[in-house]
Amino acid sequence: MTTAAIDHGHDAGHGHHTSLGIDNRKLAIWAFIGSECLFFATLISTFLIYRGQSVSGPTPKDIFEVPLVTAGTAVLLFSSFFVVMALNGAQEGNRKKLLTWLSLTVLCGCFFAGMQVYEFSHFNHLGLGYSTNLFSASFYTLTGFHGAHVTLGTLWLATLLKDAIKGDLPQGKALNLEIAALYWHFVDVVWIIIFPVVYLMSLGN
Amino acid sequence: MAEHATHAEGHATAGKYVQIAVILFVLTALEVLLYEVCYGHLSHSMAGLAGTLEPWFVEVLMGLSLLKFWFVAMFYMHLKFDIKLLSGMFGFSLVIAAVVILALIALFIYNRSLWWPSGMW
Repeated sequence: MTTAAIDHGHDAGHGHHTSLGIDNRKLAIWAFIGSECLFFATLISTFLIYRGQSVSGPTPKDIFEVPLVTAGTAVLLFSSFFVVMALNGAQEGNRKKLLTWLSLTVLCGCFFAGMQVYEFSHFNHLGLGYSTNLFSASFYTLTGFHGAHVTLGTLWLATLLKDAIKGDLPQGKALNLEIAALYWHFVDVVWIIIFPVVYLMSLGN
Repeated sequence: MAEHATHAEGHATAGKYVQIAVILFVLTALEVLLYEVCYGHLSHSMAGLAGTLEPWFVEVLMGLSLLKFWFVAMFYMHLKFDIKLLSGMFGFSLVIAAVVILALIALFIYNRSLWWPSGMW
């Protein structure tokens, strides 16, 4: 390995370069994302299998509120844009840009998690407990696990924001944010599937 | 160094990220509009269009979602600019995920017709 490669590996936040030409941590997060695809595939399958099979209510048509979930979806999509702008700032060494966009991303994560807490408690008040029917069990499991991923992602990004505020996220450590951003984008693409499959299709005929 | 150059071919610019954000927002708006036309508040005032779109509701909705998925994966997750191995890993996982979904649905539809009469769930 040449000096340039060693320098690059050091600059990238003390990671190790592999013979593939990418940091081992980046390879690891992609492998993790691959496994997460299967995890969510099983949950989505379960929801689809039980769709329309509940023998008692409430049903999706009784409780879903499209405007609220659309707002949550828009916020999550914007957060993906915000985090990629924060990464752009980190890679350019622009601290102000990094702090601004990363703060907005964390705020979006908090908003989405809050929206889901409100939605779940609202549904519970309407009589949709976890074990009320097949729809409720599969719905809460799928969206609840997604919400847990959003919460973890928000905490991860918040720790990076704390590092950035302290000046511990310089240009050379931008890869730390890139790895967190990849996870965050994955959470976003899962919601891109969940939103139409769980909400819009359930409200259709 | 060749391997370094492979990794650092370059990411999209900030302007490109803004373009993608606008596209994602428009596609989401189209999804909601499609629902509103077919089943929501606009279904009565646009009954003709609703009648045309309703048979294709699921297909159009999935098409729009896959388009959004593609834009995020390619540009925000940088698959378009990173080494092909990463695209291969993600693509392979998605293929297995799709097979799992289709296989489970097929299995349960078969079992349902075989063992469980309607209303026994």
